[in-house]
Amino acid sequence: MSDGAKRKIRVATTSLAGCFGCHMSLLDIDERLFDLLEHVEFDRTPLTDIKHCGHCDVGLVEGGICNAENIHVLREFRKNCKVLVAVGACAVTGGLPAQRNHIDLGACLREVYVTEPSVLNGQIPNDPELPLLFDKVHALHEIVKIDYFLPGCPPPADAIWKFLTDLLAGHTPHLGHGLIHYD
Amino acid sequence: MSFELETAANPGALRRVVIEPVSRVEGHGKVTILLDNDDHVQQVRLHIVEFRGFEKFVQGRPYWEVPVMVQRLCGICPVSHHLAAAKAMDQIVGARHVSPTADKIRRLMHYGQILQSHALHFFHLSSPDLLFGFDSDVARRNIVGVAAEHPEIATQGVLLRKFGQEVIRVTAGKRVHGTGAIPGGVNKAVTVAERDELLADAYQVVAWSRAAVHLAKKLHLANVGLYNSFGAFRSNMLSLVAVDGAMDLYHGVLRARDDAGRILFDGVDYDRYWDRLAEEVKPWSYMKFPFIRSLGPEQGWYKVGPLARVQNCDHIPTPLADAERREFIDFGGGQPIHATLAFHWARMIEMLFAAESIKDLLHDDDILGGELVTEGARQERGVGVIEAPRGTLIHHYRVNEDDQVVRANLIVSTTHNNQAMNESIRQVARRYLDGRQLTEGLLNHIEVAIRAFDPCLSCATHALGKMPLVVELVDAGGERVDAVVRNGDGVCISEDA
Repeated sequence: MSDGAKRKIRVATTSLAGCFGCHMSLLDIDERLFDLLEHVEFDRTPLTDIKHCGHCDVGLVEGGICNAENIHVLREFRKNCKVLVAVGACAVTGGLPAQRNHIDLGACLREVYVTEPSVLNGQIPNDPELPLLFDKVHALHEIVKIDYFLPGCPPPADAIWKFLTDLLAGHTPHLGHGLIHYD
Repeated sequence: MSFELETAANPGALRRVVIEPVSRVEGHGKVTILLDNDDHVQQVRLHIVEFRGFEKFVQGRPYWEVPVMVQRLCGICPVSHHLAAAKAMDQIVGARHVSPTADKIRRLMHYGQILQSHALHFFHLSSPDLLFGFDSDVARRNIVGVAAEHPEIATQGVLLRKFGQEVIRVTAGKRVHGTGAIPGGVNKAVTVAERDELLADAYQVVAWSRAAVHLAKKLHLANVGLYNSFGAFRSNMLSLVAVDGAMDLYHGVLRARDDAGRILFDGVDYDRYWDRLAEEVKPWSYMKFPFIRSLGPEQGWYKVGPLARVQNCDHIPTPLADAERREFIDFGGGQPIHATLAFHWARMIEMLFAAESIKDLLHDDDILGGELVTEGARQERGVGVIEAPRGTLIHHYRVNEDDQVVRANLIVSTTHNNQAMNESIRQVARRYLDGRQLTEGLLNHIEVAIRAFDPCLSCATHALGKMPLVVELVDAGGERVDAVVRNGDGVCISEDA
């Protein structure tokens, strides 16, 4: 960092329609996590008990959009984060969960919960507590403006580290050869 | 084994409190609590709020893609899905037994997975509650707070997880979503250099894992009244065990015990799991509610995972972990331990077992080379079951003659614990929340109980869970009129004649 005495950078993270693999890759920076904590403080993340995103410098969002609740959380992040990053294949393109986009959602739910005609009393879960499911899985940039896209399934820990340290140092993140993966 | 507090009589008249998202767990869940005017708890539910449809869109894909695709069910335990699918696909390609090299490399990968996942759960996610208190300051109740006040504990947690991830990288190519296992075997052996790199740290990892058991035990014994009673409930227990009754997390036969520890069934080939297990749907959660069929949904629900496994097996085949297991069993005084918080102690015993197993496998030259892939007569149906970090994981596929998957069923570990988690949080709500003004700290008590199960709500939301399904027809007086069961092959049978 250019000025070690200045306030810590506040970072929020969340996983929407993702598998948490990108968060695992973030933790795969291993003991560099402790170096990161010298410069960063966490707001809402799966590692803290802060339930809503406050004002942050950086928001890292894993996973695409598959239901109404994902939209609320993504908008909360966009509103509160100066820099919003789509982390990983699902956030960037919808990823593997978007493979359900060519299947009729109603048929899919019926097959699971109502089943064959011979079944009595089958039901699709429909409690008001369950958020509205969308018929398609969407990438984040279809909903809000995204400042950076970090590809990979998941992006390698070294890519996440390079991205964050570049940002902390105040320059435009640049991932050189070997850090951009799509697998 | 009651279902008290599951459904309030008059939900519309009650005040709703929601915990959303449940934090320091993997995946997406929320808890709703309904209270009357006197703040008495009337209803408590853990909801799984997402639905993905994995088993549907895997249909039509070539079978050899499946072990790689299904890893994306979960970034925390991708290896478990990878291996459960690979074991199912072993059957598809007719590999009744994979080669010793393939078996041991897969085991190495799996124990790397158990080690990293258990370390993540205990140190990164749960230790803040256990070290600081359930209602301690929310600002420090996280791994950053642990790093500040107990740096040696946080460092060991990070390095234990790192080692497990490195074992996975060596055996699967990368740490998250690798490609080591293929139908009938593995795609590469371990090199001497890779083996030596891991061996250099393996003994330290065993020592740290042992220290972690001692820490979990110390925390339990230091506050034994709280730890024994918090969110505790009696239930049946289910897991795989080796044919000789030893703990085995990679392969085995199904064994279930009742709440008093008596065997319900044992030595059951998981190939026909649907003869023993079925699932119920409730409208308020996308996660189904499995139960042991012979006992029915009311009495047949069970818990899986470390607390079930450590007590279900007859012994652990590594010496340090087995010594800890004996001490744990002795603590129960001849009775099964049903304390929800004892999951942590049991989980650390398993982490020690994983560390010792990794060390032993690294000393086995079979991992360095030999036959990698076995094949035989092609089959149409494959079932793979493994003990994932959180419990029994079932993958079941049908593949057509064009090599396409035509049917898939996954029952993930966390789903087995659905009723158990709901029961535990209802106990906590009754004991700690009832009649009180709810504070953040009190609500965290609910999450402490959920965290003890190390639920992977990510897995739970992806899996559709298609098969053994029981639907009951109940008349207005609550009497069961009829029940229809769909078995693992999708055939519906009426249960009542």
